[in-house]
Amino acid sequence: MRKLGRQLLAGPYLIWITGFIILPLFMILYYAFTTSGGNFTFMNLIAITHWVHVKSLLLSIKLGLICTLICLVLSYPLAMILNNLKFKNQSFMVFIFVLPMWMNFLLRILAWQLLLSNNGIINTILKSIGFPALNILNTPTAVVFGMVYDFLPYMVLPIYNSMSRIRKDIIEAAMDLGATSPTIFLKIILPLTASGIVSGVIMVFVPALTSFVISDMLGGGKVLLIGNVIEQDFMDAYNWNLGSGLSVVLMIFVVASMAFMNRYAKDGEGTAVW
Amino acid sequence: MVKRSAERLYLILIFLFLYFPIFVLMGLSFNNSKSRVIWNGFTLNWYKKLFQNETIMSAFSTTMTITFLSATIATILGTAAAIGISAMKKRNRTIMLGATNIPLLNADIVTGISLMLLFVRFTKLGLSTVLIAHITFNIPYVILNVLPKLNSVSNITYEAALDLGANPVHAFFKVVWPDIKSGIFSGFLMAVTMSLDDFSITYFTKGAGVNTLSTMIYTEMRKGIKPEMYSLSSLLFIIALILLLMINFRSDKKSKSLSRQ
Repeated sequence: MRKLGRQLLAGPYLIWITGFIILPLFMILYYAFTTSGGNFTFMNLIAITHWVHVKSLLLSIKLGLICTLICLVLSYPLAMILNNLKFKNQSFMVFIFVLPMWMNFLLRILAWQLLLSNNGIINTILKSIGFPALNILNTPTAVVFGMVYDFLPYMVLPIYNSMSRIRKDIIEAAMDLGATSPTIFLKIILPLTASGIVSGVIMVFVPALTSFVISDMLGGGKVLLIGNVIEQDFMDAYNWNLGSGLSVVLMIFVVASMAFMNRYAKDGEGTAVW
Repeated sequence: MVKRSAERLYLILIFLFLYFPIFVLMGLSFNNSKSRVIWNGFTLNWYKKLFQNETIMSAFSTTMTITFLSATIATILGTAAAIGISAMKKRNRTIMLGATNIPLLNADIVTGISLMLLFVRFTKLGLSTVLIAHITFNIPYVILNVLPKLNSVSNITYEAALDLGANPVHAFFKVVWPDIKSGIFSGFLMAVTMSLDDFSITYFTKGAGVNTLSTMIYTEMRKGIKPEMYSLSSLLFIIALILLLMINFRSDKKSKSLSRQ
């Protein structure tokens, strides 16, 4: 009886979920499967097979995968180093990685735009020490750079969290039994951080796949990701049905990539980023 | 020894990567020129002009209203939801947590668009639609911060308080609250951060004439950003830095004194 009373506290949230999470998703489905006149159609979904859309979807997947891989390669050693530091204050770690978010995201990307531009600070430094200039602004490379910059914390934090939960005595036991460092890494640390890696990969790949602002700002309008196509359908072309159709395709890709990744995570719970 | 210095160097490089753009923006806020490329001497002019710029100030107050209102409402709804979810059976709990994860894992652009389609159908886009959208994506952060704390609270103490005649509200504030308040607080803080930094969802759910700092910067991007914007962001960043350091320092001292006991 008491438990029932406590469960009722989730009532307002249940109503909120239904109204503002579930219902909006049905709205997208409704627009995706109708024409602007309200008739049923599959055309908005089939539109993904148009060459322009295929090209931007493939580019999004490619850049998303590259970004995820770079984030993973950068984050894993970082998490190990942070985990070995003397002071163990988990909230301080989160703090360091979340603090940049208090400087507006668009302004931070704008700063990279300035830094990476042909006459920017980075090129001036490179030229002064005799290196060739990097002309990466307005190319896919710059977009990946911006994505890695923005999404790196989403990879570091879950890996760090899963690593800090590994008990020291397990590693000491392995060492007592004569395991070498590579064996300890492969047999203990890597398997125990798998769930952290999986949630990190999802948390980076999904926003990278669907981003449209970073490609807009660092790609100079030349890098057209699927997010840019959808944004233009809604805000410039006012073709909401087509935009919804492409969004549904995008959602299918997001769900599929999560299902794919979750096959490699044994425990789903307790791997949230924060 | 070599390994240690290599580790240090790696840490420094990563933090430079994360914080370099912030230093650049702070530098620009003191630059005595509208140019973003040429350094023309130090000035505090943009900080003075900032408070006279009505467009920026109104966008700033909109941002603050949305951020704090949405974070507060999300914290209340989310905490109540977390308490309810923790009392549920495993199956219902899984369903609720699955729904909670949707806005967290779904693409921002899809969340924004789906809410826009709903709002356009039933009402007009305006300030309140942005507020609803922000509450929606803030609640999961609160729940995910509070739920683990609730799970570590033993149910027995709470039941004992009830058996000894405390009413549920009293028992809650005496027994459960002290254990979960840090989770509620970090959930609130996370909600504030996410709300403040959001662009995509605001962009799709805002009505004409409503501007937060993010959407204002986006429209100004093509004309050129006003330098006052840099000074406002620098101020916000410094305030956040000081506040968060204070909180961190306080909780540090508390945990130290606790461990001494």
